[in-house]
Amino acid sequence: MSLVVDNKSAVTQNLLEQLQKNSSKIAFMPDTEIISAIRHLEEKGIPNNKHEDYKYCNLEAVLRKEFKSVEQSFNELTNADIASLKLDEAINLVVVNGNYNEALSEKMIVKGLTVKSLNELSSSEKTLLCSQAKSDTDALIALNTAFTSNGLFLEIEKGNVIPMPLHIIYVNSSNSHSVINTRNFIHVQANAEVTIVESFHNIGTAKVFSNFVSEKLVDENAKLTCHTFQNEGTLSYSVNTNQVKVNKHSNYSNTTTTLSGELVRNNHNVVLAGSNCEAHLNGLFIATGTQQIDNHTLIDHQMPHCESNELYKGIAKDKSTGTFNGKIFVRKDAQKTNAYQSSKNILMSDDATINTKPQLEIYADDVKCSHGTSTGKIDTEALFYLKARGIGEESARKLLLQAFAQELINKIEIPSLHEHALHLFEKAL
Amino acid sequence: MISIKNLHASIGDKEILRGINLEVKAGEVHAIMGPNGSGKSTLSSVLAGREDYDVTEGEVTFNGKNLLELSPEDRAREGLFLAFQYPVEIPGVSNVNFLRTAVNEIRKYHGQEEMPAKDFLALVKEKSKLVELDAKLASRSVNEGFSGGEKKRNEIFQMAMLNPKLAILDETDSGLDIDALRIVATGVNKLKSKDNATIVITHYQRLLDYIVPDFVHILYKGRIVKSGGKELALEMEAKGYDEIKKEFEIAD
Repeated sequence: MSLVVDNKSAVTQNLLEQLQKNSSKIAFMPDTEIISAIRHLEEKGIPNNKHEDYKYCNLEAVLRKEFKSVEQSFNELTNADIASLKLDEAINLVVVNGNYNEALSEKMIVKGLTVKSLNELSSSEKTLLCSQAKSDTDALIALNTAFTSNGLFLEIEKGNVIPMPLHIIYVNSSNSHSVINTRNFIHVQANAEVTIVESFHNIGTAKVFSNFVSEKLVDENAKLTCHTFQNEGTLSYSVNTNQVKVNKHSNYSNTTTTLSGELVRNNHNVVLAGSNCEAHLNGLFIATGTQQIDNHTLIDHQMPHCESNELYKGIAKDKSTGTFNGKIFVRKDAQKTNAYQSSKNILMSDDATINTKPQLEIYADDVKCSHGTSTGKIDTEALFYLKARGIGEESARKLLLQAFAQELINKIEIPSLHEHALHLFEKAL
Repeated sequence: MISIKNLHASIGDKEILRGINLEVKAGEVHAIMGPNGSGKSTLSSVLAGREDYDVTEGEVTFNGKNLLELSPEDRAREGLFLAFQYPVEIPGVSNVNFLRTAVNEIRKYHGQEEMPAKDFLALVKEKSKLVELDAKLASRSVNEGFSGGEKKRNEIFQMAMLNPKLAILDETDSGLDIDALRIVATGVNKLKSKDNATIVITHYQRLLDYIVPDFVHILYKGRIVKSGGKELALEMEAKGYDEIKKEFEIAD
């Protein structure tokens, strides 16, 4: 056995020590899961850019440079802190530094809706935890499972259609370097339907490494529509894993709008586990400064007659970097699959970078799959045309970028939310 | 209105305009004709401020201002309008939103308040009738999926909305059938007044049957080689450009 500890395990070991020293002693995950999570984390180590899936997202370097010492010192939040983050026409649920905060959340009795924190779960509910997001697949899932905080459990019971969107506000606020492992589980039972808005914020004064894991289980003939807004600012480094399983005749969709974050890595993994189901993944980002926005998707077509659609668009300004890596598996049994993927990007400066990588692995023979990717600068002909009508350079660019993003913002069908997205996008421009 | 003196312009190493002189006064219609490659479109591009060209010599005064020092948007705000030979399609930007932005930026430049939405929509309605433009096109994306004729009508509709002092129509007749040509020309004629001026750039005389010029200039190899009244256009149509080519062959 070598006595030389390599850098990789040094960073992971340091993180483990820091977290074990500072984290609360209460465990919200089953003990066996925690033990195996720590083992997997030690084995794999926090990924660096030598890891194929993290080629453009060196998390090890981020933790080494920015989170050498982790203090876990958090701010208490009040209603006043949250007020501006709430959405009208939605049930607002608040998760502060990874913990579901009932006092700050809106209490509303809705038929068929269960809202709980992880420490309130019954033993049968507890068995659902870690059923989708497995520690052996990714070191960040393992990290989250080992140190998960008191997250949120949502269940829509069989046959219920929730009449208004649920808005989960994840707000982090710390006053010294912290690592936050937020976790939730969303279970949409058979024949049920719900729209969930998830918005991510950081209002503290110190750098935060936010490692979010959401397990989403959609039972038969159900529909889960999600809208994600990420606007955590430059103190935030986040990895967001969505591990979704869609069962037969069901429909899952997500539109992620990323407006800020020093590092935002999204791992959106969807398993189409039954026949005749659909998944729609959409993403829009604007990256400025030195921000790094990295969208990874994985759609696993396991059964026949399913459809998946992906449309990702990005605008990279200044010295920012945007990445889209979309993997599609079409398994042997997944005949008659339709899978489409498209990624379009605009580079707004010579120092900005866009990386795109479509990956299709097809093992069935009767499928329709296509992918396309384009990256370019803003259309100078269109720009000149607008200017020749008296529109100034800045307004002309704005008009063109809004036009570019329109297609994605229009995916948000709820009028008030559509307005909200438009407003946030225009502000970010 | 506009005074062009000894204008030279090149793209890369190639000189395209080799000393243009032209004086256009308010109330006048000037036609600039010439064979392909004579520099007609370059002239309109240089006047509108397209950055691909370098002006190497000469001056252009527009209503007392040095036009060449102004940005394309400021030229438009000062009242210069170019009807594009190839109008650009801009998916996702609606015609109405585009024009509202243009109208208001021009007003802002002149220290005026934004136009109230109601007045703006009334103006859209009024001016779209002028070129028989379907009101539905106003809410569609700029030029996206428009036919050739619709694109050209849309240019004249924009001209009507922005009410320029000087309009330059760059080959507005190209790709138009006779009905569309008539509609476009009628629109342009209705917009004519003693306070504004029009420069019509065209290869063919046909358009000039509808938009009757006060002056006709023949452009050849980057210079105006002949000027005259509207009869000059008819002469060109009858004889073709060959005679001009022979007469003014300039060694490259």
